[in-house]
Amino acid sequence: MDSLLVKFLAGSVQAGTPLLFATLGESLTERVGNLNLGVEGLMLMGAVIGFNTALVTGNPALALLAAMAAGAAGSLIFAFLTVSLRANQVVSGLTLTIFGTGFAGFLGQSLTGKVTPDSVKAFFTPIKLPVLGDIPYLGSIFFRQDIFIYLGYLTAVVLGFYLFSTRPGLNLRAVGESPAAADASGVSVVRAKYIHTLLGGALCALGGAYLSLVYVPAWQENITAGRGWIAVALVIFTGWNPYIAILGSFFFGGLDIVGFRLQKYDIKISQYLIDALPYVVTILVLIASSVRKSARNSTPGSLGEPYFREER
Amino acid sequence: MPPIKIRKRTETGGVRSFVIRATAILAALVVTAAFIALLGKNPIDVYASMVTGALGNPHRLRETIIRAVPLVVTSLGIAIAFKMKFWNIGADGQIIMGAFGASYFALNCPNLPQPLLLLVMAAAGMVAGGLWAFIPAFFKARFGTNETLFTLMMNYVAQKWVTYLQYGPWKDPKAIGFPKIPNFVDNAILPKVFGVHIGWIIALILVAVVHVFMKRTKRGYEIAVVGESVDTARYAGMNVRGIILSALFASGALCGLAGMIQASAVSNTLAVDISGGAGYTAIITTWLAQLSAPAIVIVSFLFAVLVQGGSYIQTAFQIPQAAAQILQGMILFFVLGSEFFVNYRVAFGRTVAPSESEVPEEFKVPAAYDEPASPEAVKTTKGGSRG
Repeated sequence: MDSLLVKFLAGSVQAGTPLLFATLGESLTERVGNLNLGVEGLMLMGAVIGFNTALVTGNPALALLAAMAAGAAGSLIFAFLTVSLRANQVVSGLTLTIFGTGFAGFLGQSLTGKVTPDSVKAFFTPIKLPVLGDIPYLGSIFFRQDIFIYLGYLTAVVLGFYLFSTRPGLNLRAVGESPAAADASGVSVVRAKYIHTLLGGALCALGGAYLSLVYVPAWQENITAGRGWIAVALVIFTGWNPYIAILGSFFFGGLDIVGFRLQKYDIKISQYLIDALPYVVTILVLIASSVRKSARNSTPGSLGEPYFREER
Repeated sequence: MPPIKIRKRTETGGVRSFVIRATAILAALVVTAAFIALLGKNPIDVYASMVTGALGNPHRLRETIIRAVPLVVTSLGIAIAFKMKFWNIGADGQIIMGAFGASYFALNCPNLPQPLLLLVMAAAGMVAGGLWAFIPAFFKARFGTNETLFTLMMNYVAQKWVTYLQYGPWKDPKAIGFPKIPNFVDNAILPKVFGVHIGWIIALILVAVVHVFMKRTKRGYEIAVVGESVDTARYAGMNVRGIILSALFASGALCGLAGMIQASAVSNTLAVDISGGAGYTAIITTWLAQLSAPAIVIVSFLFAVLVQGGSYIQTAFQIPQAAAQILQGMILFFVLGSEFFVNYRVAFGRTVAPSESEVPEEFKVPAAYDEPASPEAVKTTKGGSRG
């Protein structure tokens, strides 16, 4: 029998998985210098499209692909505006969130209260991994989860390898650090920005799809409840590093559920104050990372700034 | 593929940019119409009922004005911060905290005479909202902490705080278990003028005050300079930190005042959803109005029509209210995109000698040597929003 702590930590992994996908997506986007504040909107688009596809087809793989396509389409709008038309990234990202919220609200109106089909639910039931699942404590926390969560681990590791150990990864980081230098050395800045912003959007949308398909698993209005914004902060918290993003996301997943879990015990602190914890911790992280900025600065050099070849 | 030449415009014609933006809004309406049609509704019905729902009779018009008031006041606050390129997206939290500050006095000092109580409430709202913006501004000025995320997180903290009050210490004992904060006494409610609460007059006065402040005062000028270039401001001997802190306090105070108006005149109590999303919508209206106070009035009113019309089509046609949100997003997407055509001249086809266009950019001789060359100089000239 698992202890309460192990159950809580396994729950943190589940609650942290939407954050993980969104954090990975936004890390990738920011690594090419695009500050996309539309994560919340992208997650909602992924959540509603993924859920709707699951309802119509009953096919989990199609649902994930459709969610990714929705995220890529949403971030295509962002990329077109900011890369090709040189629009302000902050306002463009906020608009994407407003648009995505409206989009999900509109499509979701008729879905409210509907439940994920059984075929999809069955596909995402927890599976105990051989060997790994038998490790004491760690096995129960990390390796008796559903396949979507394993996909999250895999994505983080692949993304980390891609960013830090491959040539395209090096090129994309160069674009984020100094587009002019990358351009001069023959890297196509526009192409790198488009590809990785779209990929990033697709990952954010997967985070949303996890919520509607597995975590809840039903449609409810504003299903993301601000998780997209936490992911934006988590990117900073984890230093744009996919490996650290795994731990950061699960830590915040734990903060997300701790208030609810503590409700059972006779605790004098209100649940609503504990619910503010993720946000307060994010603020503290922001402050801490800005205070030690002089020591170790991992922010992509050109983050948030449009690149105009003609004005180089 | 024909080469595309992009040149920065040196002159920006007023008529030209107006035509481009109007075209953008029209295009947004058309694309959203296609979207609505795709979902099996008649777009013309939807638009028409939105307009009649917002302006169709005096009662609806009053409702629309009531929705426009917090947008105007909040946009004015946001404009001050945005002028400094301080991305204050925490207006929603500042509204909530302003409402909280005002409610504290409304609930605890119900016996004060009405004018005095309302003044105290307004002052408390402004201080609470101002402080809520001052905290991120302090860390921005001191450590360069990312203000976009900080102000945003403050929204959620404010929400949770009021939720806590609503379910805990401030819960109305007379509401028999229903979690709500008691209604204000009549003394704490703003009076009406022409059937609409006096907030609309306050908003119009503030428009004039903020306009004069930004255009005619030393501090307003300093804010604009800090927005253009912190280095320039410092070089000119300005106290940059002081300017950031005071401007953000003012920005938050205006948002807080919007919260006080909403709590006092609209909901007559404090609630988590007191802002009705005005803090986020106002970011758009501010930006669309190009941070100009008079333009904020017009844009806010048009957005109030959208929002009011949106809730009307929900009840009248069962078309989700979110349609209005999609339309807002679309309009902004198109206007954002259209800025490019306001600022740049685009030529298709071979308008230049082929030999020149085939020379890689980096080997071209710069046309003019007075163009900014250092990365620092480029940074200051290419800020995306034309504040």
